[in-house]
Amino acid sequence: MSTNLADPTRLATPPTFQAVSLSRRIRNGFATTLVWGAFLIAIIPLVWVLYTVVQRGFPVILDGDWWQKSLSGLLARQQGGGAYHAIYGTLVQGLVCGIISVPIGIMIAIYLVEYGGRSKLAKATTFMVDILTGVPSIVAALFVYTVWITYAGMGRSAFAVSIALVLLMVPVVVRTTEEMLKIVPDELREASYALGIPKWKTIVKIVIPTALSGILTGVMLALARVMGETAPVLVLAAYAPFINYNLFDGPMASLPLMMVNERNNPTQAGFERLWGAAITLVLIITLFNLLATVISRALAPKTK
Amino acid sequence: MAKRLDIKDLNLFYGKFHAVENVSLAVPPRNVTAFIGPSGCGKSTVLRSLNRMHEVAPGARVEGKVLLDGEDIYASTVDPVEVRRTIGMVFQRPNPFPTMSIRDNVVAGLKLAGVKNKRELDEVAERSLRGANLWNEVKDRLDRPGGSLSGGQQQRLCIARAIAVQPDVLLMDEPCSALDPISTLAIEDLITELKKDYTIVIVTHNMQQAARVSDQTAFFNLLGVGQPGQLIEADDTEKIFSNPGQKATEDYISGRFG
Repeated sequence: MSTNLADPTRLATPPTFQAVSLSRRIRNGFATTLVWGAFLIAIIPLVWVLYTVVQRGFPVILDGDWWQKSLSGLLARQQGGGAYHAIYGTLVQGLVCGIISVPIGIMIAIYLVEYGGRSKLAKATTFMVDILTGVPSIVAALFVYTVWITYAGMGRSAFAVSIALVLLMVPVVVRTTEEMLKIVPDELREASYALGIPKWKTIVKIVIPTALSGILTGVMLALARVMGETAPVLVLAAYAPFINYNLFDGPMASLPLMMVNERNNPTQAGFERLWGAAITLVLIITLFNLLATVISRALAPKTK
Repeated sequence: MAKRLDIKDLNLFYGKFHAVENVSLAVPPRNVTAFIGPSGCGKSTVLRSLNRMHEVAPGARVEGKVLLDGEDIYASTVDPVEVRRTIGMVFQRPNPFPTMSIRDNVVAGLKLAGVKNKRELDEVAERSLRGANLWNEVKDRLDRPGGSLSGGQQQRLCIARAIAVQPDVLLMDEPCSALDPISTLAIEDLITELKKDYTIVIVTHNMQQAARVSDQTAFFNLLGVGQPGQLIEADDTEKIFSNPGQKATEDYISGRFG
């Protein structure tokens, strides 16, 4: 008889723990379905786009000529040639834009985080950067057209495109750099001051290196973004099927511009060039994103 | 090397807030002075005013004088950067520079001041790490990042970094509060050794620590919330802990308060 009392599975009081209630299971199932549904809705178009671009463009870029030749001298319906002229244009316009934007953006961010504090100038700058972030690329392009071409009397050129891209890139660089500088702990700045290191040297030698991996990641991502911009190249540079190395004069192709151009070409050759340019642009941007990851890993402060 | 500090009628402000009122205190050379007192009484603020680190905070203001061997560090002709080079500081949380190796952390002050001679830097690194009792633990991995060390080792690395620039005075802001008892003991032993060469001021919440390491103790208190902190009394540590002059000090030390 006493075995019954000693049975540890028999409880004298109701159990503290109970199974998950039905209503909670229903709510859990509902939320899970929603999350998965949202995930699928987001992923389907992405995969679809990638599939289309790869399926149509991949055969085109396997040809070695694609990477080495331009379309100079080819008729619209003639197959062959390559996108070298457009790849060159996209890279050089992006590069020039980067060379101008990165120092400006980083210096603005340094001012805002390290010197500006809550001053009026800092507040005004932040406000302007916010506005500039929201400016559509076509507005930036038309602004540059008005100032650079109409008023200053310069011709349409790759450099004009780069200036418009600068307007789009600077706010992105300022924003990312600002965030990265803000997460550098003040203790590091104070540790540096306490060694008798002046403020500017503290910023250059301690703060920037600590934040460098994040800053460069932001720069690479911003570059990848502006290289895909279409409005500035449409407005500010004429298309050229040949290679133009002159940044300041004459028409210069770029990948988005080549795509716009070939879209009006109804032949099979046009179709191939269009999708070839598309996959090339996607590849270049992917490469920049990968590079951003590699740089960020390589430069991040180590603890091991 | 070691110099004396004289604090005269020091008043410290954060914007409109009067943080510390009328502090006058003499800190003799080759001596450890401990600042004790409840949280918010301004002892860290006073410490930070001794190497002009107080004014780094926005709106912070200083009135009064701090004399280093008779020379006012707040005189209008004095460069705060020079003051901080002469009066070093160790912080509450170990803060080695994350992008630098152990060696580069130690010689950061010299390197950034323009010293390039590698042999000289290596000598300073070894001397400072030995001075901070860290050399034997890290001599085989000087090129590893400073962040790879344990908390206690990182704090000794920060002390090595501070003494590498050969300051006259070393300020320590609760240097052991983030450390375990064994690392704390290592730092306390180190403070006793450093006393031979440096003038040391240490803020601590640990009264046993103040009693163990310091020669002179200053007790800070505040009369009420929103009131400025005050220096209640300063005397030989032995006297403060056995027979303090003020009732408030006795209450605080015996744990009846704060």
